[in-house]
Amino acid sequence: MTEAPNHIGLEKGHVDLAGLRIEGLVKSYGPIDVLKGIDLDIRDGEFVSFLGPSGCGKSTLLRSIAGLEGLTDGAIHLGARDITDLPSARRDIAMVFQNYALYPHMNVKKNMSFGLSLNGMTTDEIERRVNEAAEILRITELLGRKPKQLSGGQRQRVAIGRAIVRKPQLFLLDEPLSNLDAGLRVTMRAELAALHERLGVTMVYVTHDQVEAMTLSHRVVVLDKGRVSQFGTPLELFHRPANLFVAGFIGSPRMNFLPAYLTDQTGRSVTLTATAMTGALTIATSGHSPLDAGQPITLGVRPDRLDIVADGTGHLTGTIRLMERLGTESHAHVALDDGTMLVVITDGTHPARAHDRVGLTIPPDAAHVFDASGLALPRQLDAETERLIQQQ
Amino acid sequence: MANSPAHRRPSRRKARGAGIVPWLFISPWILGFLFFTLGPLMFSFIMSLYDWPVVGARTFVGLDNYTTMLRYDPQFWDSLWITVKFAALFVPLNIILSFGLAVLLNLNLRGTAIFRTAFYLPSVISGVALVTIWSWLYSKEYGLLNYMLSFAGIEGPNWLGDTGWAIFAITIASLWGLGGSMLIFLAGLQSVPKELYEAARISGVPPWAQVIHITLPMLSPMLLFTFITSIISAFQQLTIALLLTKGGPVGSTYFFAMYIYDNAFKFHDMGYAAAMSWVMFLIILVLSMLVMRWSTAWVYYEGEVKKEGGHG
Repeated sequence: MTEAPNHIGLEKGHVDLAGLRIEGLVKSYGPIDVLKGIDLDIRDGEFVSFLGPSGCGKSTLLRSIAGLEGLTDGAIHLGARDITDLPSARRDIAMVFQNYALYPHMNVKKNMSFGLSLNGMTTDEIERRVNEAAEILRITELLGRKPKQLSGGQRQRVAIGRAIVRKPQLFLLDEPLSNLDAGLRVTMRAELAALHERLGVTMVYVTHDQVEAMTLSHRVVVLDKGRVSQFGTPLELFHRPANLFVAGFIGSPRMNFLPAYLTDQTGRSVTLTATAMTGALTIATSGHSPLDAGQPITLGVRPDRLDIVADGTGHLTGTIRLMERLGTESHAHVALDDGTMLVVITDGTHPARAHDRVGLTIPPDAAHVFDASGLALPRQLDAETERLIQQQ
Repeated sequence: MANSPAHRRPSRRKARGAGIVPWLFISPWILGFLFFTLGPLMFSFIMSLYDWPVVGARTFVGLDNYTTMLRYDPQFWDSLWITVKFAALFVPLNIILSFGLAVLLNLNLRGTAIFRTAFYLPSVISGVALVTIWSWLYSKEYGLLNYMLSFAGIEGPNWLGDTGWAIFAITIASLWGLGGSMLIFLAGLQSVPKELYEAARISGVPPWAQVIHITLPMLSPMLLFTFITSIISAFQQLTIALLLTKGGPVGSTYFFAMYIYDNAFKFHDMGYAAAMSWVMFLIILVLSMLVMRWSTAWVYYEGEVKKEGGHG
């Protein structure tokens, strides 16, 4: 560890930063493959989330990095070191658990210092580290308390403090906010972001909450059934989902999908139509390999990009089944004439009501096109969005 | 029974009925407790104040039985001393062994279920059968134990016939029943959250330190319980000694409980035996209270702090 004398060095610039590289990671439990070949390259100081539904393997992946699970195949490098076969303690990592995993019989201070004192660190050094971490997390006045005397948010801070005092090269956080109530979750989310900014250390964060993943992360790994579905910046996942799974998983309410078929393709644009659709829609892509004319494709449109128009006009026609008024916006659930259900986000004061017949238009630049295997055709985005995606 | 129906006016018949019915429902237990537990208990205290032969005249002697015991009966002190020695052997061994076995069984190794059953089995075997088995095992000439030792070139001691060895023989036989406390520890071990150990692993806490700093504190209520029940069962030790050594050789295993038994059923001095029983009760009570007081220093209760300041 490089650190200035008389400085504890928990903060940015005083910790050896290290990227995390995972190659061909496979994890099986008997005949069941939980992780089916994961390759990831996470940069120094990056905040990366593993996002996916339950059972996608995100926690197993995190636990594999932590050394709590053995690998079936593959390798993990942290900085220049191959940590694949190292015991957890020697990987130079720290982990924050979903249920905090605080030792209930030890006070806050002991909880934070327990591992350090057993590893031969001097009392002075431990004292300094604990005090600095407590200061960063504003839990100094709680140091003498037992976990049971703390609120959920305070316990979470202690758990993070226990990770900070180790000065690890890598932070692993396993759904750390999911046991908190909604309001506290938002506060802690902001605090975590600030903490990462302050420490500058690489953080890997597991969550099933896309809002957490999108707001905290530099980049997000979307996992689906033990594979990386897409690895990109939050806006990239939103504006340029790589496949149907990511398109449906990111964004709430989820993207609307319509079965469609190709009518024409010239250069960088495709023209398609759907059974429920009046007329055709020509969509510009940023370049794609030619599609097989006969294959079924899927058209995706986010709910906020559909526009309600008068019955008989627009691309689609249907009946509003349910109008949910949320104040700032309204969600219209529209049943198309072929039975397909779509959700449209419109103004909070939009006059449409349940049972109304309406038309819907699809702006061509809002369309996502997926081929028969579910892969997305790369979208043509406007310059500003393109720049935003890259900036992140 | 402050609201005894007798104090109520006849006009409040409904309330009166409601007062009696619950008591009727619990009456089988209440009667059993009164006649078979509390009654004999009180009766034994009255007995202890009498010269009470099984047959013949009973004479009230006040605290004579107690003073005789404490001042003029060396056998009382001898048997008490033997019992204390036994407890000093049995209590720690019982806790250490049952805790150790529970830790081993909690490792989820192959055959765990079989061993768990095997270790618990002696606890369900009748005491007499158990002692009979041990008397065969301990036999100097034909015993299995000395036969096995002979393979290692050791000439086994006369387990039950040697004044030095007999108390150890009884201790070992008593330990055979540690399955109960082992199960309590095992249940405790399985209730410790897995993440505590994982957090410790990541922090580089070695396995031995995990046992000392995580497992033991988390199991401290079970340790306390086992500690106290072991003390009680050590002081009440009778069956094994009575059947295995009959107090011998030369009184080396003449336990306190056996002396009480002999006073009552051999010497037919019920009053004296009752007085001794009360002394035993007081000793166990005081020991338990001391352990309980001491335990506040090392026992951690999950719900304890919650009541004071939990604002989750």
